[in-house]
Amino acid sequence: MTRASLLTAAALAALLTACDGDDPAPPVYGANPQLPEQQYGLLPSMKIADPAQWDGKKPTVPEGFTVTAIATDLGIPRQTLVLPNGDILVAEGRGGGAGPLRPKDFIAGIIKARGTTSVKSGNRLTLLRDADGDGVYEERTVFADNLNAPYGLALVNDQLYVANQDALVRFTYHEGQTRADGPPVKVTDLPSYINHHWTKSLAASPDGRFLYVGIGSNSNITERGMPAELDRAMVWEVDARTGAHRPYATGIRNPTALAIQPGTGKLWAVVNERDELGPNLVPDYLTSVREGAFYGWPYSYWGQNVDPRAQPQDPQKVASAIQPDYSLGAHVAALGVSFSNPAMGGRFADGVFVGEHGSWNRNVPSGYKVVFVPFRDGAPSGPPIDVVTGFQGEGGKTYGRPVGVTVDPRGALIVADDLSNTIWRVTSTNRSPTAEAPSRPSAAMPGGDRPLSSPPY
Amino acid sequence: MTVTVDQRPARGLGPLHRGIHPLHAVLLAATLPLFLGGLLSDIAYASSYEVQWNNFSAWLIAGGMVFTGFALLWSLVDLFRAGLRRKQALLAFVLLLATFALGLINSFVHARDAFGTMPDGLILSAIVTVAAILAIWLGFSSHRVGGMP
Repeated sequence: MTRASLLTAAALAALLTACDGDDPAPPVYGANPQLPEQQYGLLPSMKIADPAQWDGKKPTVPEGFTVTAIATDLGIPRQTLVLPNGDILVAEGRGGGAGPLRPKDFIAGIIKARGTTSVKSGNRLTLLRDADGDGVYEERTVFADNLNAPYGLALVNDQLYVANQDALVRFTYHEGQTRADGPPVKVTDLPSYINHHWTKSLAASPDGRFLYVGIGSNSNITERGMPAELDRAMVWEVDARTGAHRPYATGIRNPTALAIQPGTGKLWAVVNERDELGPNLVPDYLTSVREGAFYGWPYSYWGQNVDPRAQPQDPQKVASAIQPDYSLGAHVAALGVSFSNPAMGGRFADGVFVGEHGSWNRNVPSGYKVVFVPFRDGAPSGPPIDVVTGFQGEGGKTYGRPVGVTVDPRGALIVADDLSNTIWRVTSTNRSPTAEAPSRPSAAMPGGDRPLSSPPY
Repeated sequence: MTVTVDQRPARGLGPLHRGIHPLHAVLLAATLPLFLGGLLSDIAYASSYEVQWNNFSAWLIAGGMVFTGFALLWSLVDLFRAGLRRKQALLAFVLLLATFALGLINSFVHARDAFGTMPDGLILSAIVTVAAILAIWLGFSSHRVGGMP
């Protein structure tokens, strides 16, 4: 008997560690990542951030840059928007909250909650102001509150659009305003049934006629059933005037941040892909969002790699799935994207910054940093460069987790950190302005007579 | 643990040979409908792709594991009070332990998302159900009262 039970125990232990002991290959980047085979572990690999206090420490930035905390003790900051006068709006909140469906959800919910903040959801927009331009944001007001997990932000002329977890709303905004005139006006409802991936990302078309809303899937891989995926995993194009919408791109699992590329006016997104297929599947990606395109979810990933967990399969949909532009690596959890401008200087002048919240479904953590993807001729041109790191220290101690990133046209990178509830500002220490680095916002904002500000800028 | 196997023929049934305790019987017997329900739900999911069957299956197996766990504890204690029927009690315990181990693996497989549970989950559910039937069979028969073994 002892032998039998020992054998069973040994077999069980081996099975349990089989999915736990593998050393994942380095993440794959770029346009044509080599994708490994799918792995089905007995237990999903889980390595949860172990929250710790910064205690005076700061994130690490490259030589020639400095980082400061311009706001702390926020109510879970997610995305930021730099207004034309330099004020910064911060969307704060926590959404979702779908009840556990299976025994797994109880256990995973408890474990995953350990890696996030326990602060109450702010459900508001906070405005930060640096009136004298010394880099210290001395004024802080609540611009609007009683919102429902606000996330995406965009300014079109005098209209400030806010994507709550259940609706797209707008405020009238006058330059210099520190508090909204009143409650917002609803533009349109957004899909919010269950709201597994609740973050509604937002960007405005260059002419301000349309708003693009990123709506995440309602599950990892259809485990809540296909009816729950109605109007999910897609980018909506919303008419700003009427609120009418149409799907702009579909099969895009969780488009967590959207940005308009300066110059081309093209819509770009960072997208979080599916979990539980192994440490190096599936790559999260950065892509230009093509109108009418199908990006594979749930039937396939990275083009036409079939995911057998989505049943019944749809070979026709798989055949129509297109490849995204650029792999950021699996499980990095990209939650922020912002196009750079020459004011950021030198090697960061042309490209995008990407905020990576960090993995949970991987033994060796990935993400937990802000990277820069260099561009040339309007497309990604090289491997990502670490910009803001040090969010994770020895032994998995995690001080912060980056979410939204926004380039301030004056030459600063604003990073929202939803673990330490801080807004970080990264600036160049090089005081002498170079010829190609205009310091005035007007010079850095292309597009003529309609001043427009949205997360891309 | 060390076990000394009684070499004597299990003929002389002593006064310690009572019938199975009713609560032990409940714990043991309850595992079968739950694991069987899990198996049937798996069959329904595999043939219909209706994901709710997958949820039912995960819960039914979890329920089966709760009863298997308590029944296993009872059987463990029973081992030390088995007296002349130790051999059979031991076999019942081992089978229940195997049911528990396989059930645990099956629970993990059923924690996968959507059709990722298939076909492994269906195969394991079938094995666990058979294991549970054998464990219950032996669990009850090791407590047979009177007569010849």
